[in-house]
Amino acid sequence: MVSSLLKTDMAGLHLKTPLIAASGTFGFGIEFADLVPLEQVGAVCVKGLSLTPSCGNCGQRVVETPSGMLNAIGLENPGCAYFLEHILPKLQTFDVPVIANIYGHSIEEYAAVAQALDVNGVSAVEINISCPNVKQGGLAFGTDPQTAAKVVKAVKANTHKPVITKLSPNVTDIVALAQAAEEAGSDALSLINTLLGMKIDIRTHRPVLGNMVGGLSGPAVRPVAVRMVYQVAQHVRIPLIGMGGVERVEDVVEMMMAGASAVAVGTANLYQPDTLLTLTRELQDYCVREKVSCVQDVVGQALPQGKQSMPYFQKKEKV
Amino acid sequence: MTKMLEKAPVLLQQPLDEKTFRLRLGAAQIARQVQPGQFVHIKLLAPGGSLLRHPFGVAAVDVDGGTLDIIYRVTGPFTRVLTTLAVTNEVSVLGPLGQGFDLSAQRALLVGGGTGLAPLLFLSARLGSSKTDVLIGGKTETELFWQDLFRPFVGHAFVTTDDGSCGTRGTVMAVLPGLLLKGYDRIYTCGPSPMMKAVAHECMLRRIACQVSLEKYMACGLGACLSCTCQGREKRMKICTDGPVFWSSEVTEW
Repeated sequence: MVSSLLKTDMAGLHLKTPLIAASGTFGFGIEFADLVPLEQVGAVCVKGLSLTPSCGNCGQRVVETPSGMLNAIGLENPGCAYFLEHILPKLQTFDVPVIANIYGHSIEEYAAVAQALDVNGVSAVEINISCPNVKQGGLAFGTDPQTAAKVVKAVKANTHKPVITKLSPNVTDIVALAQAAEEAGSDALSLINTLLGMKIDIRTHRPVLGNMVGGLSGPAVRPVAVRMVYQVAQHVRIPLIGMGGVERVEDVVEMMMAGASAVAVGTANLYQPDTLLTLTRELQDYCVREKVSCVQDVVGQALPQGKQSMPYFQKKEKV
Repeated sequence: MTKMLEKAPVLLQQPLDEKTFRLRLGAAQIARQVQPGQFVHIKLLAPGGSLLRHPFGVAAVDVDGGTLDIIYRVTGPFTRVLTTLAVTNEVSVLGPLGQGFDLSAQRALLVGGGTGLAPLLFLSARLGSSKTDVLIGGKTETELFWQDLFRPFVGHAFVTTDDGSCGTRGTVMAVLPGLLLKGYDRIYTCGPSPMMKAVAHECMLRRIACQVSLEKYMACGLGACLSCTCQGREKRMKICTDGPVFWSSEVTEW
């Protein structure tokens, strides 16, 4: 059983815990069911889905780097029709909210995927406008505030679900993107996606990844993520899902103190598949030890005026 | 088959040649379940060790003793750290993972090179010497400790070396065509891709069923990250969960 201390209500989602499995690192959840009781997970954000199946990139797709890894999977996925017919029914047998991560090669495709996934069994939609590994789509939509806003509006117009926009760190001003997504109607923000990087094999004189560049994740990016959550939290009225290199309970607390209402675990699932289970137990212990009456009290504590620095909470109090 | 995580003590670290080692781990639950051809995904727990796990085919198990062995070659930072582990050290073991070999062969020839021979060693122990022969391909005679490892489990051990220092000179393909005339109903192969591709092609010509064990850089080992997918004859395949063992007729990417 999960302690009620961890209960997290956010963007219309009622989560047992603030701990979410990040898209692309937890498959469709079922792959981890032997190792993590899914009903104890806050939510499972599934692998990015497109309208039609995609094979992803050629060549080597992952490589380890100092305290992290680069990936260039290229959003391989079976497409949303296959997901709806063959995967979602299995996932629904577990008592866990499902967040459908979606991407498209055009604004119309984002809209179509959102519409296709506007079904029972999907609790929310996360828009991926920040994947560095596909040429069209992905990052192209996530670096320009106006384009990002168009994608968010198109998705909002085609779904009844809460919409979460996943932001790219590969921008000069993350706050501008966050505000654009908020104004376009996004109900929450996920940050951060991976940082664009490269590794070269000095024996072959070639980049290691088939795609040449890839997305950097893991503990190496954690300080970047914390900084961005901290910045964005002070400028938007919607809740944040913080992610980037979270592996220990201290990292969860840090991300929440920076202003994240929920925290997603990504790369750690790949190297320590029971991380979400361990973190759930340890976050509970943390609340008890620190005499926190509810985990949500931790959110924003590191900001200049604590929660008062977050427009998200100011809005709530006025209501 | 349930996947499990076990904190496994190192029980034996045995050098087999200059760069190849046998590591015995105490992982009773995984040892009880693992089948030949399946693999375990190992994480170093020592500070400064790699972040990601590395996959290793299981080379031997002792179900009663609760141990499993891997045989690894030093190729990079991960395996360099592995060599420093001694009794009293621990690693994290995830397994059993993947699909193992089909065990229905009546007369099997195992064809392997390098550490690809490790999962075949476990297979030979399970099939037994009355129905199993092995063809060992090596660069030079110093690698041929494999003959000693296989001796208890096979009828015949055929050997080739690139430099001719032991057995027939050349690759396994120097002798395979002749061996395929001897009534084997199944070939199992694991080793470098060009070797497996050549073996599979030769088996296809002789209409002998062949299973291959593929390898590709992977992260999770659970079918989630999609680092190790490849295009199969009928569908996309994940090497970690649909394989690593495939019928050669399913494989289009080597």
